[in-house]
Amino acid sequence: MQWEVVIGLEIHVQLSTNSKIFSGASTAFGASPNSQACAIDIGLPGVLPVVNKEVFKKAVAFGLGVGAEIALKSVFDRKNYFYPDLPKGYQITQLDYPIVIGGEVEITLSDATKKTIHITRAHLEEDAGKSLHEDFHGMTGIDLNRAGTPLLEIVSEPDMRSAEEAVAYARYIRQLVCYLDVSDGDMSQGSLRCDANVSIRPMGETTMGTRTETKNVNSFKFLERAINHEIERQIGVLESGGTVHQETMLYDPVRDETRPMRSKETATDYRYFPEPDLLPVEIDAAYVADIRNNLPELPKQRALRFITEMHLSETDAMILTSSRSVAEYFERVSEICDDPRLANNWVRVELMGQLNKEGLEIKQSPVVPQQLGDLLIRIKDDTISGKIAKTVFDAIWQGGGTADQIIEARGLKQVTDASSIEPVIDEIFANNPQQLQQLKAGKEKVLGFFVGQVMKATQGKANPKQVNDLIRQKIK
Amino acid sequence: MKVDDTVVKSIAQLAQLELKPESIQENIDSMTSILNLVDQMQSVDTTGIEPMAHPLDTMQRLREDHVSEPDQRELFQSIAPATEKNLYLVPKVIE
Amino acid sequence: MAMHNNTIVELLAALKSGEFSSKELTRHYIERIKVLDSLYNAFITPLEEQALQAAEQADADRARGKELPLGGIPIAHKDIFCTRGIKSTCGSRMLDNFISPYDATVVENLTAAGAILIGKTNMDEFAMGSSSETSFYGPVKNPWDLERVPGGSSGGSATAVAARMCAGATGTDTGGSIRQPASLCGISGLKPTYGRVSRWGMVAFASSLDQAGPMTQTAADAALMLNAMAGHDAKDSTSITDPVPDYSARLNDKICGIKLGLCKEYFEDGLDANVQQCVMDAVLVLEKMGARISEVSLPNTRQSVPAYYVIAPAECSANLARYDGVRFGHRCENPVDLGDLYRRSRSEGFGAEVKRRIMIGTFALSAGYYDAYYRKAQQIRRLIKNDFVNVFEEVDMIIGPIAPSTAFRLGEKIGDPVTMYLQDIFTIASNLAGLPAASFPAGFVDGLPIGIQVIGNYLDEASILQLGHQFQLQTDWHKRTPASAEL
Repeated sequence: MQWEVVIGLEIHVQLSTNSKIFSGASTAFGASPNSQACAIDIGLPGVLPVVNKEVFKKAVAFGLGVGAEIALKSVFDRKNYFYPDLPKGYQITQLDYPIVIGGEVEITLSDATKKTIHITRAHLEEDAGKSLHEDFHGMTGIDLNRAGTPLLEIVSEPDMRSAEEAVAYARYIRQLVCYLDVSDGDMSQGSLRCDANVSIRPMGETTMGTRTETKNVNSFKFLERAINHEIERQIGVLESGGTVHQETMLYDPVRDETRPMRSKETATDYRYFPEPDLLPVEIDAAYVADIRNNLPELPKQRALRFITEMHLSETDAMILTSSRSVAEYFERVSEICDDPRLANNWVRVELMGQLNKEGLEIKQSPVVPQQLGDLLIRIKDDTISGKIAKTVFDAIWQGGGTADQIIEARGLKQVTDASSIEPVIDEIFANNPQQLQQLKAGKEKVLGFFVGQVMKATQGKANPKQVNDLIRQKIK
Repeated sequence: MKVDDTVVKSIAQLAQLELKPESIQENIDSMTSILNLVDQMQSVDTTGIEPMAHPLDTMQRLREDHVSEPDQRELFQSIAPATEKNLYLVPKVIE
Repeated sequence: MAMHNNTIVELLAALKSGEFSSKELTRHYIERIKVLDSLYNAFITPLEEQALQAAEQADADRARGKELPLGGIPIAHKDIFCTRGIKSTCGSRMLDNFISPYDATVVENLTAAGAILIGKTNMDEFAMGSSSETSFYGPVKNPWDLERVPGGSSGGSATAVAARMCAGATGTDTGGSIRQPASLCGISGLKPTYGRVSRWGMVAFASSLDQAGPMTQTAADAALMLNAMAGHDAKDSTSITDPVPDYSARLNDKICGIKLGLCKEYFEDGLDANVQQCVMDAVLVLEKMGARISEVSLPNTRQSVPAYYVIAPAECSANLARYDGVRFGHRCENPVDLGDLYRRSRSEGFGAEVKRRIMIGTFALSAGYYDAYYRKAQQIRRLIKNDFVNVFEEVDMIIGPIAPSTAFRLGEKIGDPVTMYLQDIFTIASNLAGLPAASFPAGFVDGLPIGIQVIGNYLDEASILQLGHQFQLQTDWHKRTPASAEL
């Protein structure tokens, strides 16, 4: 039977704030256990939550980034369940009145087709702590540093039909939240985690199959594998005459499998009700307009500008806008050298290639935009050839100074004086009479041979185009 | 509202309260009598009345995003029943 | 006159004139607690050394010319308030070992005003009760009749003030827990507007209803304490930002021409005839003083108890989920697994009434019942508030009884929760609406005190206290002391 896969994602994005959503404790990653769990975070008797202003700013920025409706009044609720990493016995979240309603994003798949994924809602909530299962004489240790960290839970419609689409959507969301400075998007630190709701149904069927929820997947690779495993598992169950149960699954990256979670009951009754310790949060249109006006250019708009104004290809524009820091780097270089296409080549190929090789982020690049821009100016004004420029680039990377300093110190300046190149050509003609005959007979291929020889003889300092012209003049 | 032992058991489970067999009937009785009192509400027509979660009709003030809380782990864990290596200990959690 | 029979106002004058020192006063109260409290069980944690030290400091400050609004006045805190370094039990076995790492804002404010903390008072467990019988530390006895309850949940504070074991005390009121024990013990008690006094550090029972207030001999004393307690607190998101007036400023203004509403629903049924007579006598006094009395109607009064017994338990079921034996409080011995840890710690730590309310609240919020119970109760809450809003367009304050009867016998109602709940029928509505309300001594029935209730408009505590003070200038009910407190 042909099966159709239906996937919806719930993405938890950690908002990049200094302090927690309801307390003044730090959100810094990697602190000693429970050193950032204050009285509010550990839920001492008598403590009360106070909402961090910044979380609303970031949630609204995200909402505007996906073209959503921003709720001018949103309400916090309590979601009740017992778990050791949930100190109060309830999580403060938003149920009926979330801050972000609706919205959509367009994803691009590997075959370049595009698809719109709709967003149902995004709401603010607090994160739970962390359970550590290393052996404490058969006990579990609880670290509440993460408890109270602000999260934006972004819920999609079940619009995705394959693991690839789900990953493309998740990647887009990550790119967007990084662009908007809503989150650092660092999945290795748990700043972005995905829950995948997966169901299958016979192709053509319109009612939904029973779905399972695979929780807390923290890499795109695992997300793809977790979904594919869940799809296979469900197909296996249905094709052998079984039924899929609505349950919560856990993806085990070590065994590369999904299995049901044992700890949480599947039909937990969360008993939501409005959080009485907090009043409804009201924002006005001016507040939203202010955030809208200060919103950075979104990746899609930026890519479009690169294509229309800078005449880059769509693929190049996509790569350059993959992250805000890459796009900003590129634009700075392009501005300095006043040549977007040259900047595009160098940023995309040389710079990103080298960064990839050394496993660095663009922010960590030893070559700063000013240095690369200056280098490209020297290509444009024919001081050096593109080939020599690569040598200079490597030298800058190694910390050898500015382009001009390196060109000067190493004598890499391009030779453009015809009188100093002509004798070299004459000598090569003399040493290769046979090839000269062929050239004179109109065999164009041999021209390349002579240019190469001249470049070799001048150690690359001649300008290949000029050499080309000079050879042509001589055989006329 | 009819309260029976199924209801009492499931509520006790949700509330994480121990329910000894001998106290089930007592729970049924007290819940039933309280719900009888509470059910007097049902005689009031509340169509179109917006629920009121809060006595105050004001909007929420928000806090600046500043780190204001120092590390007080030692003080907080001095009153904790079981800690080790700065962690709170609970019986093994199975995920 | 014995030191302890002075009001706070009088004590401040005596301390100022040097008639006695704060240390002498504090030692006097400590001695009284030592002798008398074996009768009443009003204190869970009396404080001696610490109180004397603080009193010494207060005397030194005064000698240096530092005048504080409550400088050197010994007061007690209901054990629902977190006090740093001091056991803060909330009347529960769950918190029997809980030494609070921080101070409640109310505690900080009163300390900053110069008050001396002389002890933590007994109360119904987690403030759930109307008799102070549900405490893990045993019931509190009414000083007017040791076989009767002092009311609750702030019964320890009410008793401590009535038996003159401290000059004033804090209480909290979720459905009548300041006013009803004040009435049953013959003292003055005020529940301010919701949000007027910070809830930070006050162990939560029902967050949208809980409010702290003063319990004192007189309205003038309550004004002094409220001056120190009230105010905006950034740590409480529901705290009101309006500036705090000087509640003592208008005490001496005459109440001539003031419009008082007698709520007819409060007199319809369930009210003891003698209690009703007391209230009507008090109304007559007020009328003679120039108040204009009219009848008003709060038609949804009868619905307040049912709505309350959904909302308060629902909020409490969540508020009490943090007591899980993990980070503080009672933890059972040798839990076999996580569920066992939760269930045994909670079942051992909580008493019967607390468990009963958690069960009801959990039920009211559970799937399938939310709309019929929780949502319905919140709708009724709005109807009740609207009733008040309408009435306050006609009158300045509402006058009525506090409780249907005088203090009942220990054990009389504890076995029947619903009968106990109906104790609060006249007090609950102002909690649901968030309005300020007070109880002032208004007479005696068979030797037991009874109070009248004054409900004011939002943030109009000053008028309530003014009325109370003016009434107390004409009456002496508040000056009477129980025989059991004579040494």
